[in-house]
Amino acid sequence: MSALMIRDLHKSYGGLEILAGINLEARTGEFIALVGPSGCGKSTLLAMIAGLETVTSGEIWIGDRLVNSVQPKDRDIAMVFQSYALYPTMTVRQNITFGMESRGVPKAEQAEAVKRVAALLQIEQLLNRKPGQLSGGQRQRVAMGRALVRDPKLFLFDEPLSNLDAKLRVDMRTEIKKLHHRVGKTTVYVTHDQVEAMTLASRIAVMNQGSVQQFDTPKRIYDRPTNMFVAGFMGSPAMNFIPARLTGTTSIAVRAADGSDATLALAAPLPVGAPKDVVLGVRPEHIYRFTTDLKSRKPAVQSMQAPVELVEPTGAETLAVLRLGDLEITGRFEPDDAPIMGETITLGIDMSRACLFDPTTKALL
Amino acid sequence: MAEIAPNPRHDPEAAAATRRYFWNRFLTYAVLTLFAVIYLAPLLVVVFNSLREQSEIARNGLISLPRSFRLDAWAEAWGTYCVSGTCEGMKRNFFNSLWMTIPATVISTLLGAMNGYVLSKWRFKGSEVLFNLMLLGVFMPGQISLMPWAFLLGKLGLTNSTYGLVLIHVVQGISFTTLFCRNFYVSIPDDLIKAARIDGAGFWRIFRKIILPLSPPILIVTVIWQFTGIWNEYLFGVVFTSGQQQPITAALVALTAGGTTARAYDVMSAAVLIGALPPLLIYLFGGKYFVRGLTQGAIK
Repeated sequence: MSALMIRDLHKSYGGLEILAGINLEARTGEFIALVGPSGCGKSTLLAMIAGLETVTSGEIWIGDRLVNSVQPKDRDIAMVFQSYALYPTMTVRQNITFGMESRGVPKAEQAEAVKRVAALLQIEQLLNRKPGQLSGGQRQRVAMGRALVRDPKLFLFDEPLSNLDAKLRVDMRTEIKKLHHRVGKTTVYVTHDQVEAMTLASRIAVMNQGSVQQFDTPKRIYDRPTNMFVAGFMGSPAMNFIPARLTGTTSIAVRAADGSDATLALAAPLPVGAPKDVVLGVRPEHIYRFTTDLKSRKPAVQSMQAPVELVEPTGAETLAVLRLGDLEITGRFEPDDAPIMGETITLGIDMSRACLFDPTTKALL
Repeated sequence: MAEIAPNPRHDPEAAAATRRYFWNRFLTYAVLTLFAVIYLAPLLVVVFNSLREQSEIARNGLISLPRSFRLDAWAEAWGTYCVSGTCEGMKRNFFNSLWMTIPATVISTLLGAMNGYVLSKWRFKGSEVLFNLMLLGVFMPGQISLMPWAFLLGKLGLTNSTYGLVLIHVVQGISFTTLFCRNFYVSIPDDLIKAARIDGAGFWRIFRKIILPLSPPILIVTVIWQFTGIWNEYLFGVVFTSGQQQPITAALVALTAGGTTARAYDVMSAAVLIGALPPLLIYLFGGKYFVRGLTQGAIK
């Protein structure tokens, strides 16, 4: 059974269309991430699921109930906000019990619930403090506590980690994942951080300009992005897009730095009717230094020459900017095996992992 | 902790900077003091005259240092001075002012808070237009509405009564209180309201439990503003009430206009001070909260 179902959802303000026909579905217990650049409509979509924004047209189902015109409080949801939205004049305990109090839950039951949630999130020692006396990470915990105490059908997270510093963000990300594992509630999680989406979600909806570009598992989204937007958005450094020309059914030519054409054999033949010009999409980690050993391990690897323009060591890996025709691509290398600035290396491109796109429709071929 | 040794060598640049700093300060304070003296001089004269004997005032003139000291004028101004036949002093008018100012302040502040809450957190189609129309009231001088009020009070049977003045001041004050509160509430994050709505709180519960507890800074501002404004207001008082019903500001005029005998400057001074005391006290005790409330946002 699906815990959340969205059918052909539209939202517009005046003449401005924010969401253009969204279809999504979350199975019970699933963790769905909505990811996209700012202004793509992901937060609006979440607000509509929460009932904080009205529906222009389409349907939102939570469980087996059509909730289009149901008040937020009656949707059986809980939400964690980017700003945490803790009530500043109340203590942590009052923040957590506010919802139960509004619903007239008996005092004894409230105390029990606070105890359970405080233990779960390890915030027992903070219960009598005000939000102003808490650190960012602690506020984040309290905000989650306020959501968890409700035991709702659906959890909504609106960029909950983007106000934290980098280290804390990674820690909290792990905790959210653990928490979801333990609690097992259906969750919709909005983020602009593709790493968060990849690490947390069981399925990701990549959004752009008011529509879902792809809704699939993280692995499928990463390996087989349906179009150039998804391919470029997911992954950092981004996928390299290299203009290429078809030279047969199973080979393409790309422009090398010296202006000559390098022919690369495709791992699989292109479908019939593919355009003459294509875009080759290669992720930085699928670019290697070519060796015969590599070729024997990965038979789909194709080689070509490229000068090294810039080398950026990050510690765990070394990024190298390589010249190809008149564009620059990024390769990700083992620090011990990294190219040196100025040298020209023989690249090995793993064509079995590469994607080909139609340059006009931007769609995956 | 290491001690910082003073540099024994002379640094002419630093010395010049210190000198400049000193003279700048000196000049600033000199100018400020001068203006403070000019501004406070009338108050001082009135305070002195309320304590001097009438005969001494007649002898040495209005502006001079007191040679005598007594509180009789205060007692007379408060309870026994005769204005146009009645010898009850300002007491009655003082309480008229109080019973007019307190309810008018409380009601207009509460209405302003509710208006501000709706106009900032529950916007509806046309709410901005409505707010701008209300703002117009801030810039409308009181005398424009004299005639309509005369008509309305007559219809309601509230002429020459404190209730009538309360009504006028509540309505006239709503523009200001709404403006203050609305601008303060705008700085409260909308997420708080959304969170509360998901938590199951409705319009009133959010107002009582979330908005009002955040409001003291701006409520202090509106209360001070309304209290001093309404207390000091004169025009409506003098037009719509007379005699026993007048607030103290209007009665003070009657005091000066009434006598055929020589002017009792000592009693007048005391009466003026009695009339000025409540706003003065409010300023003394609430002034710092006023500034703080105007400058600080809802959430630190």
